[in-house]
Amino acid sequence: MAVPRSPGDGIDRYGNGIRLGPGKIMHYPPTDRPQRRLYRFHGGLHLPDNKSQSTARPVESAALPKRLILPLQQHIGEAAQPLVAVGDQVHKGQMIAAPHGAVSAPIHASSSGRVVEIGDFPIPHVSGLAAPCIVIETDGRDQWDPGLPEPIIDLTALDPEELRQRIHNAGIVGLGGAAFPTSVKLRPGPRHRIHTLIINGAECEPYISCDDMLMQKQASRVIAGVSILRHLLGAEKCLVGIEDNKSRAIAAMTRAVADYEQHRMQIVTIPTLYPSGGEKQLIRVLTGEEVPSGAIPAHIGIVCHNVGTAAAVADAILEGKPLISRYVTVTGEGVAEPRNLEVLIGTPACELIGQAGGYTKAISRLILGGPMMGFTLQDDRAPVTKATNCLLAASVTEAPPAAPATACIRCGDCAAVCPASLLPQQLYWYSRAKDLEKAQEYHLFDCIECGCCSYVCPAQIPLVQYYRYAKNESWAQERDKKKAERARQRHQAREQRLARIEAEKKARLKKKKDALAKKPAAGKGSAEDPKKAAIEAAMKRAAEKKAKLASAGNLPGNTGNLTADQQRKINQADARRKEASPGGNPEGEGQTTESQDR
Amino acid sequence: MLIAVITLSFLALAFGLLLGYSAIRFHVEGDPVADKVDALLPQTQCGQCGFAGCRPYAEAIATGEAQINLCPPGGETTMIALADLLGKDPLPLDAEAAEEKAKAVAVIVEQECIGCTLCIQACPVDAILGAAKQMHTVIANECTGCELCIPPCPVECIHMLPIKEEPGSWKWPSPDRQGTESIDTATAFG
Repeated sequence: MAVPRSPGDGIDRYGNGIRLGPGKIMHYPPTDRPQRRLYRFHGGLHLPDNKSQSTARPVESAALPKRLILPLQQHIGEAAQPLVAVGDQVHKGQMIAAPHGAVSAPIHASSSGRVVEIGDFPIPHVSGLAAPCIVIETDGRDQWDPGLPEPIIDLTALDPEELRQRIHNAGIVGLGGAAFPTSVKLRPGPRHRIHTLIINGAECEPYISCDDMLMQKQASRVIAGVSILRHLLGAEKCLVGIEDNKSRAIAAMTRAVADYEQHRMQIVTIPTLYPSGGEKQLIRVLTGEEVPSGAIPAHIGIVCHNVGTAAAVADAILEGKPLISRYVTVTGEGVAEPRNLEVLIGTPACELIGQAGGYTKAISRLILGGPMMGFTLQDDRAPVTKATNCLLAASVTEAPPAAPATACIRCGDCAAVCPASLLPQQLYWYSRAKDLEKAQEYHLFDCIECGCCSYVCPAQIPLVQYYRYAKNESWAQERDKKKAERARQRHQAREQRLARIEAEKKARLKKKKDALAKKPAAGKGSAEDPKKAAIEAAMKRAAEKKAKLASAGNLPGNTGNLTADQQRKINQADARRKEASPGGNPEGEGQTTESQDR
Repeated sequence: MLIAVITLSFLALAFGLLLGYSAIRFHVEGDPVADKVDALLPQTQCGQCGFAGCRPYAEAIATGEAQINLCPPGGETTMIALADLLGKDPLPLDAEAAEEKAKAVAVIVEQECIGCTLCIQACPVDAILGAAKQMHTVIANECTGCELCIPPCPVECIHMLPIKEEPGSWKWPSPDRQGTESIDTATAFG
């Protein structure tokens, strides 16, 4: 886990105590106190936010890269399937990979150019493995696809399903990091009536500021998207939660809402507390409701979307443009000019680093995401995907290498900070002992992997890694079980089939035997062997035919009416044969000789 | 005295009838223990245990004829699960079986296949597709990696290929196994 720790106690150098008793946590100044009643979730941490480094410079559009690398799987669910072949010309915004399955999203070309390769390339994944990607060599013209759908201005004139389909076709996924296809979330089903739409502008993780900048620069676009989302969900009210360390974003958003006169929409300032941007935590803060374990927010009538997703939805509906770019924060002591960039999906990470002034000497490792939940990017040629929100070029002090873990002293700090109200210690024991069943009993799958427990652990135990390991093992076991069940069924089906074939064979044999046993009984007396009888009958028929022909004066063509020459040759041949082998069959052989002579 | 004898005999008869009735009424088809054991086995049907498939081995375990440590594809995990289920002591696996093999699928080199159908007959899960004198191919998704198709092939065109690791199937390693130096090992840039 990439956790900034200073030597020693590692936390207090920022002046933020972490052993927070109840009541010490909410520290927002009285002037900012929101009118709406807010709630607090269990635990959480005050972390140094480190956002000012990247918010100081204005947002710029990243330069068009020479090559765009577009992974086919940028979302949760099934990978998309390519629609183009190597050598094809593609336009900006053209769909180049179609969704496959119920939970999937299409991929669009982020710029115009030529498809040069479809194959495995390193993707931004914690494993550092390669995955199928479409590589486009850009032509620099940045030409939009002429076939883009028409902008929709009047939402009410259209069937909501058509709008959802438009959002689906635009390849929009949750831009907060999970990359779950948005259109699926917009179909909560008839059993769940959605009363509240929550827009997540909390952006609680340190260093990341892309949502903050998006809200500052494009507040009206975000709000337009929010109103579309609200319309589609049929929610009565909409709450936009923004942490109080983003005052400029709050101001911009409040202004934008006033412009729109959205009486159903409320910008709510929430206290800065990691991880208030977690879906379940934000719902708790804004509404006081708890999402039950193992359930999704739709079960309690709430749907949560990120501000970036809302902006992408606005583009898709109001301009007909698919999701081809996003804001990405490039920050950390490892880059010369930390900033936010508007980046085309598929741009290699190294190009963004270049536009942020390049690496400095302080660079220790490149982290994708924030310091709490991000992972080390093993190859900086990996592209920015829809889920990429931050590239943190961290120095050694920002992301020190993990210190050796010592034994757990059962201090209980981890339980105090866990925002999901779990018992991290118990989970740790069970995960370590590979007792997955027990870990699941302790709600392993409610862990949001926020990293709070690892951060406070005085024994430096990489707790989150244990949970990730246990989760992965559980999934693998589930997969294996399913596969085994399928193999068992197929084996059974095969056994049954073989038994059936065997039985059929036996039945056939028996039928034949029975038939044979019956036949001799019917024709008894004529002959013992039916074969012999058949031969005799055939010989008899042949003899009769011969006799008939002879009596009519017809000799067979090859022995009767011979010329003198032919007869002489036959005689000669017979004589030769007699010399060679006495007792042959002169007549039959003679025919052959004759035919050869002819 | 007589009353006691009559009462007890009557009770014995009544309970006897009740037991006899319930034995017929609540009769369970098959062997539930064998079913449970079968559910834990990996269903590769490879026969490495010496039985003709997972089900016969499960039945042998249920009747106590076979030990629980005979399943190499299941490895230690399966053995421990079986020990838990049956209340037996865990047994070490054979040295050969103990080393975990990477999962693999059979692949037929189609250029070399002569279409003899011998592998099709050997496959316990019908994962090989083909017909006489037509080339065969393995349905990779259905292959259990049991290797039973390899010995019958007369032209040795079947190979076991380890399953390629993909980001989707990649698993976080246990922090224990790799020591404290986590996956976040620093990579040099710039």
